[in-house]
Amino acid sequence: MKTVEMTCIRCPMGCRLTVTQDGDSFSVTGNTCRRGEEYGIQEMRCPMRVVTSSVRVSGGRRPVCSVKTAAAVPKADIGAVLAAIRTLRPCAPIAIGDVLCPDIAGTGVSLVATAND
Amino acid sequence: MKKDIDIAVIGGGPAGLAAALEAHRRAPDKSVLIVERDRELGGILQQCIHNGFGLHFFGEELTGPEYAGRFIAQLRNTGIEIMTDTMVLELSDDRRILAVSAANGLVEIQAGAVILAMGCRERTRGALNIPGTRPAGVYTAGCAQRLVNMEGFMPGRRVVILGSGDIGLIMARRMTWEGAKVEVVAEIMPYSSGLNRNIVQCLVDNGIPLRFNHTVTNILGRERVEGVTIAEVDPASRQPIPGTEITYECDTLLLSVGLIPENELTQAAGIQLDRVTSGAVVDENRQTSLPGVFACGNVLHVHDLVDNVSDEAILAGRAAAAYVTHPAPAAGIRRVSALSGVRYTVPQRITENASGKQDIYFRVGSAYRPATLVVKCGDEVVLTRKKPIMTPGEMEKISIDAAKITGDITLEIEEAHAQ
Amino acid sequence: MSRSFDVAIVGAGVVGCAIARQLARYELRIALIDAAEDVGMGASRANSAIVHAGYDCPPGSVEARLNVIGNALYRPWCDELDVPFKRCGSFVIGFGPEDEETLRGLYERGLKNGVPAMSLMPGCQARGLEPALSPEVTMALFAPTAGITCPYQMTIACAENARANGAEWLLDHPVTAMRREGDGIVLTAGGEEITARYVVNAAGVFADEISRMLGDDSFSIRPRKGEYMLLDRKSTCVDTVVFQTPSRLGKGILVAPTVDGNMFAGPTAVDMTDKRDTAVTPEGIARLTAMSKKSVPGIDLRAVITSFAGVRAQPSTGDFIIGASPVEPRLIQAAGICSPGLTSAPAIAGEIDRILRRSGLEMPEKADYNPIRKAIPEFRNLDNAQRAALIESDARYGRVICRCETITEGEIVEAIRRGARSLDGVKRRTRAGMGRCQGGFCSPRVMEILARELNVPMTELTKFGGASKLLVGTLKEV
Repeated sequence: MKTVEMTCIRCPMGCRLTVTQDGDSFSVTGNTCRRGEEYGIQEMRCPMRVVTSSVRVSGGRRPVCSVKTAAAVPKADIGAVLAAIRTLRPCAPIAIGDVLCPDIAGTGVSLVATAND
Repeated sequence: MKKDIDIAVIGGGPAGLAAALEAHRRAPDKSVLIVERDRELGGILQQCIHNGFGLHFFGEELTGPEYAGRFIAQLRNTGIEIMTDTMVLELSDDRRILAVSAANGLVEIQAGAVILAMGCRERTRGALNIPGTRPAGVYTAGCAQRLVNMEGFMPGRRVVILGSGDIGLIMARRMTWEGAKVEVVAEIMPYSSGLNRNIVQCLVDNGIPLRFNHTVTNILGRERVEGVTIAEVDPASRQPIPGTEITYECDTLLLSVGLIPENELTQAAGIQLDRVTSGAVVDENRQTSLPGVFACGNVLHVHDLVDNVSDEAILAGRAAAAYVTHPAPAAGIRRVSALSGVRYTVPQRITENASGKQDIYFRVGSAYRPATLVVKCGDEVVLTRKKPIMTPGEMEKISIDAAKITGDITLEIEEAHAQ
Repeated sequence: MSRSFDVAIVGAGVVGCAIARQLARYELRIALIDAAEDVGMGASRANSAIVHAGYDCPPGSVEARLNVIGNALYRPWCDELDVPFKRCGSFVIGFGPEDEETLRGLYERGLKNGVPAMSLMPGCQARGLEPALSPEVTMALFAPTAGITCPYQMTIACAENARANGAEWLLDHPVTAMRREGDGIVLTAGGEEITARYVVNAAGVFADEISRMLGDDSFSIRPRKGEYMLLDRKSTCVDTVVFQTPSRLGKGILVAPTVDGNMFAGPTAVDMTDKRDTAVTPEGIARLTAMSKKSVPGIDLRAVITSFAGVRAQPSTGDFIIGASPVEPRLIQAAGICSPGLTSAPAIAGEIDRILRRSGLEMPEKADYNPIRKAIPEFRNLDNAQRAALIESDARYGRVICRCETITEGEIVEAIRRGARSLDGVKRRTRAGMGRCQGGFCSPRVMEILARELNVPMTELTKFGGASKLLVGTLKEV
């Protein structure tokens, strides 16, 4: 049995959730809607986050270009994702949506450009 | 260089872009010009590389540059003229704009209508009278954000942040993700004006402590920041409590202590400003006290969501187009006043011509749980809206049918009665 | 093989730079030496910016004499050097009989010191001339010859004019030792040895330390901090300098306009032990807030843009120390120059000129001496025709970098050409970063221009030299 307190971030309410995990079953209290419950469970199972950062660019108008993971990745992998981003050196031109790395740090999620350079 | 332009938009950020596109859409054979001081369009969104933009407007979560990119892409083939790297120096009360650029020298623009979309600037250390030395390493959060996200440099490695508004929270995460150590975020109020999601994603995720009711009382270090002292403040007076000081060793202080609409041009043109918002007083069409001059976005009032900026800019763009196509005679106006609990409303005026659903944006002055907003026209209650929570950090919106606005209206928060 | 000069001036504050400018009229090799990365880094950039009338100085003192002479020289010097100067006049205000007594005393002193055209007037008359004055003012002393200037522009202008006429700047050269050698003095400064026939000590708060290097410990310099608050242009509500009555510690807090249209309040006066302590204190701000409101009740303190502090060089002798050192005749002191130092600088330069001549230094006039120095063009103050011409000459004058003060890239590039190497160096020469947003918008842009013009990486740039690096590294350093 594991109980965690957390703040739901799905809407401005910021309900204070208490999520209890017993094996593979979860119970959520404190939420005022369904999305809160979903969030609570996901946070317990595997918190996921979208990572936004920037990469150094060669030959672009600007020295860096903003990027994001195309989908949320496990929070635990953020460090590895950032380390992998640090090693990238794409060349200009870059367009919004360009895939700069199809599977960043083994997460299965691609890293895409979010700006044009 | 002299130009005659039907609709001139000052500022090419999200407000200016949406306003220009809407003006063009509504009046395709009128000339539209965007004057932007930076090298590229996008305004502040260029450096807001985090996501969270566009959930309402596009139904997707986008980063700042992507959100701006959507509008910039729409400019193609519209014939909307763009002048970047161009600074507007003056706006006169007959809608003449004086601008300057390296490429074109002085540019005089006679505009049929003007849309003000200049955004805002950050409040500074000086304005807060933060004592201490004046070393390198003290930055406003937005300036640091520009250095990191657009120039590709690290302003520091050990950071203290004053202010838990969104910019401060986002930079706490940004700096951490670039290898810096953020020691603490101090917030003078008992609550954060930033979004809850940012508190979680930026501070909780990274184990960064957040100290409410705290402020910076000293900066140490002769040439570069060596330490920052924070102290608890008295909740009533907001003055530091002696004896509560803690000094953090660090090399950087980031300040996220408020945004101020950039209305120097507006004021010089004689346009009436609202002392609470520091932006222009406008009607439901976002027209200012100077006919043919409209305002939208952060220059009008500081927004939390860029989606609202775009909605507001569309109103201004539409109205500017109408103004140059078939200007309506000046109509009588009704005042929209903010009473107890409500800090301000935008618009502050509604014309007698207004029809249909009228959106009124407002902010409350303190946190209310629950909050009951009451809108009255004279003594008559025309709308009540109850929400579980309203805070100063969240801009609210209510919609009222124009038919119900038969005179001046007021907005206030009804204090909950004791049970 | 060390470099040799006729005169080495230690200290490139307004006094040292004025002396350099004066001596540059002659066929002399002049070194203008400073420990800091730029001229005017000490009290010269953090003072009241007032050109005093001179009623405040003890009659018969050196400072009294040089204040009045200096005041009269300000118009010609500023015209030649293209430095702003407004002779706006000053009030000393009194609140009641004790103050009125003090004012009468200042008036008498002024007469003895040769201060022209002063008048004593009742409070209501003073308010007629300066409506923002407190209704509690009962009497005021008005001195029309007082004025305001820009102290760091004055310092920089003197230094540039001196350099244009052959003087050499030796910045980043802290003087750590001096010794006599033959007919001259050898200075150890910034890792090299410099010989000079004469040394002028204009080293501000460090003048006693410099003097001791040659064995003259006849005076000490005590640091006294003065804090200031600078207010937004929109809040400026006085046209003249408004002083409160002086105390033992100094002239009393003033509220004054600046030549750029801002307003400021200060200074406080607190004796220090640390000569380098320029931190602003909460006590200082509180005192400024209270005292400025006393003079000008309508002062809008929400309009504060920034606050800063300077350290005065208070001489233990109680007066300026100007003359050849009794211990070492080749050491010419220009020490203990606290208020009215800025005012007296042109007069001190004249004194040093005379003293060197009397010491036997041959000073033939330069045939091609040019007293005229032109300031960096100020786009913001030109009319449109002038602006167009300026942009025509250099397109960079068409790119506005500092939005709050309307400062163009052309001005910033010119400032760098003239010697600015840091963010603050650019700021002092152009005003970029001095406005409402205090550099929040323009700093990254100014940094880009500095890096480009100096051909250094952005990561090398500093706020004001030394270890004041602005950035710690580039992103994504692997």
